[in-house]
Amino acid sequence: MIKTTPFHERLDQLNTTQRWGHWSGYLSALKYQMSPKHEYFAIRNSAGFFDTSPLYKFRITGRDSERLLAGVMTRDIRTCRPGRAQYTVWCDDRGFVLEDGVLFRHSATDFLLTAAEPNLGYFSDLIGHLDVTIEDVTDEFGMLAVQGPRSREILAKVAPGVEALAYFEHADTKIGNAAVTVSRTGYTGDLGYEVRVPRDDAIDVLDAVIEAGQGHGLRPFGEEALLMSRIEAGLVLINVEFSSSRFAYTDHDRITPKELGFGWMLKSIDDETRPFIGRQALRRELAEQTSRWATVGLVLDWADYDRVYNEAGLVPPKDETPLDYESMLYDDAGERVGYATSLMYSPVLQQHIAMARVRPDLAASGTRVNLELTINHHYETVAAAVTKLPFFNPPRKTA
Amino acid sequence: MARTDKTYDAIIVGGGHNGLVNGAYLAKAGLKVLIVERRHLVGGAAITEELRPGFQFTSFSYALSLLRPDIVQELELVKHGFLPILMPSSFAPMENGDYLLLGQDRDENIKEITRHSSHDADAMDRYEYDVERVCQVVKPLLDKVPPNIFGKSPQDLAETADLVKHLSGVDQKVLHDLVRLITGSAADFLDDYFESDILKGYIASSGIIGTKVGPMSQGSGLVLLYHSLGEHDGHFGAWSFHKGGNGGFTQVLARAAQAYGAEIMLNAPVASVITKNGAAVGVALEDGTELTATTVVSALDPRRTFTQLVEPRELPSDLVENINRLRFQGTSAKVNFALDAAPRYPALGDRTDQYYGFVNIGPTMEYLERAFDDAKYGWYSKRPYIDCAIQSFVDPDMAPPGKHVMSCFVQYAPYHLKGSDWDAERDRFADTVQATLESFFPGFGDLVLQREVQTPLDIERTVGLTEGNIFAGEFFAPQMYFFRPAPGWSQYRTPIEGYYQCGSGTHPGGCVMGAPGKLASQQILRDLETRASGRD
Repeated sequence: MIKTTPFHERLDQLNTTQRWGHWSGYLSALKYQMSPKHEYFAIRNSAGFFDTSPLYKFRITGRDSERLLAGVMTRDIRTCRPGRAQYTVWCDDRGFVLEDGVLFRHSATDFLLTAAEPNLGYFSDLIGHLDVTIEDVTDEFGMLAVQGPRSREILAKVAPGVEALAYFEHADTKIGNAAVTVSRTGYTGDLGYEVRVPRDDAIDVLDAVIEAGQGHGLRPFGEEALLMSRIEAGLVLINVEFSSSRFAYTDHDRITPKELGFGWMLKSIDDETRPFIGRQALRRELAEQTSRWATVGLVLDWADYDRVYNEAGLVPPKDETPLDYESMLYDDAGERVGYATSLMYSPVLQQHIAMARVRPDLAASGTRVNLELTINHHYETVAAAVTKLPFFNPPRKTA
Repeated sequence: MARTDKTYDAIIVGGGHNGLVNGAYLAKAGLKVLIVERRHLVGGAAITEELRPGFQFTSFSYALSLLRPDIVQELELVKHGFLPILMPSSFAPMENGDYLLLGQDRDENIKEITRHSSHDADAMDRYEYDVERVCQVVKPLLDKVPPNIFGKSPQDLAETADLVKHLSGVDQKVLHDLVRLITGSAADFLDDYFESDILKGYIASSGIIGTKVGPMSQGSGLVLLYHSLGEHDGHFGAWSFHKGGNGGFTQVLARAAQAYGAEIMLNAPVASVITKNGAAVGVALEDGTELTATTVVSALDPRRTFTQLVEPRELPSDLVENINRLRFQGTSAKVNFALDAAPRYPALGDRTDQYYGFVNIGPTMEYLERAFDDAKYGWYSKRPYIDCAIQSFVDPDMAPPGKHVMSCFVQYAPYHLKGSDWDAERDRFADTVQATLESFFPGFGDLVLQREVQTPLDIERTVGLTEGNIFAGEFFAPQMYFFRPAPGWSQYRTPIEGYYQCGSGTHPGGCVMGAPGKLASQQILRDLETRASGRD
């Protein structure tokens, strides 16, 4: 039997489409009204809220929890002070990415990890003799993402202290009578927050947020709008941009942090005081420059795109719904040089954008590649330029 | 007072959207550009003003659709804040209290149409497909300087041949539909597809916008076609609301123009274009200042371009004759409201999502035609057609929380009133509009905090559009394409060397397309190149 999240009772009333997906065993709204693009514009122009409760949540406590996490996570958790959070990946010992998640540090010995997949067994097996307890607390909380330019103004009305939060900071506060943790995090690339609330208080908190959002254009948004904004934000998605190395049949389906665009996570890899899983392999990759791919953004040449469709007698489609299948990339000589993982028309940027993987020598911004499309049952290519991720990065996100 | 120390490569008279587009392209090409604007802000008829604290009024133009997508890219408008927000629905109230509410989902739309007519459920797909095919044919013509079919130069002959080639490749039915739309009435065209009054009224409304025709008049087909040609985000006929209103959009254009180096001078009404030996050499401002430039571009309407900025006696008499008989006959007005709360539509209870897009008060073709009947005989409509947009629903920055701004485009309001004038009728006219809204939204009047009325006379006075015509010359087959604004003068040039036109009175016309401004800049740059190479 499919489960529902702590917010479901209210979201069910709000979801006029009754289109639900299944996310980690929970009902999750695909959209609330018939236009996901309208919900997307709430994220980019006013504010929207999204039920992110189905994300797995693991509480990691005990005297040695920092030691465990420092030895498992690719980023150095020791540099994360209480009240901050870290987006990180963790790898296998060949340096291939297993998964990604956000690690919230509440105190010296108290952490909470959010992740897309179940991981309790994996982490528990790594505890050994350490003083660490790991619990799956997914069902204890509701988690509500409030995202968009007006999110701060709306939340500040109900959650004291929110205005002071810097990017990736979190704080315990109250909404009404409910004790909540508010973090300045999200998956939209915009100004935004996530509110973690004990499940029994979830509806009260949601109602308070909705009330605070009256007149501010606050709308619920579903997975479809979320997936549009995450591509503009250049945020990777498991099973789209990468698969867990643990379940890959071949190395073609494996990827290293460097290849996934996370070279910045490896800055302190030479720090001998922190051995972590995959470190030796990652050091070798960096030293020997054996990365096979670079993850980049692509902006399609609008004129070329229109030309190809117009010449075929078609109306050039400009669809904001992301295509999550791979499109091949070629150089001008016709040699395959990479592939796009997520392609969409960005309404905010007025361009087709794609997250892509190219040969490392082609990763410089401005490099031209040709993206393959199927038009009238033929392969055609459209010119595209390599660009840095994220595509959309408004100052308000971190300001 | 006279000051002649300022010299530019190009001066653009008028900071409306086409003037800004033109100036931006010329500046991008490296010219030293000055845009002179009579008013205290740029934008022409595409402006947003805070007429009441916290309430942003789009006094005139109020939505975007036909803006050419290449302009967005080439002028890098996104970098300067271009943000067209989707209007996800269209709401058409009916006189019996029912309504038509169309959204973004085809299946739901079919269900909604079926509520009114099962027959029309599949007609919508056929209609949209057929019109889209016609749009595919017309679209390339919007992005090109019209050929001079009267010219005999090798270039003229080649461009005319290109047009013939383009049309000869068109499917027989599509070409026939194109001609039916250009020459016929919206009513005849729609009758071929639909039976439902509300659907026909809703679609036919696009056939009368800005034009002194009823849906049953020949010529309304052309207006209908034009309003289907927008390709906002790649969807023919889609409309959006720019962040901050259309004034927000023209501010983006101004920033783009300035980023390329164009200067903008406000509060600088131009008295005339200065000519010397048949060539433009600058402009004289009303305060006596003279500014020098080898290229002068008028972004004003053709009447002003040819009969006010320059002396008609400097021009060929056939051109003057054509310009004098150009049909303007503005027939639209705006009545904009600041509202204390959202209007209530009884059949939808407390719902407000129907207001996320246009609200179309034009429930039947007969309603529209009767509204036109009043105008035919020199009066404003007793029951007017109203196109409402409550923009604060899609952009909360337009009004304080819980309050709203409502833009109402109203027809018919003929420029020439029989036996009265607009200064006498302004308030009575607005009362008529408000009473009409009250009949659809009971209690509407109680919500009104403030009302802004812009009659055709006000549009003419404030914006400078002759007779208040929103397209700077009516959309009417003999005034389009290679006849716009006059036969022989559709290529943005004028008989005065170095003097050009780039306003909506030139091809392809109004509707905040920006195409006239862009195409004129291309012509200017080509001519400058020719002149330069001639000197070499």
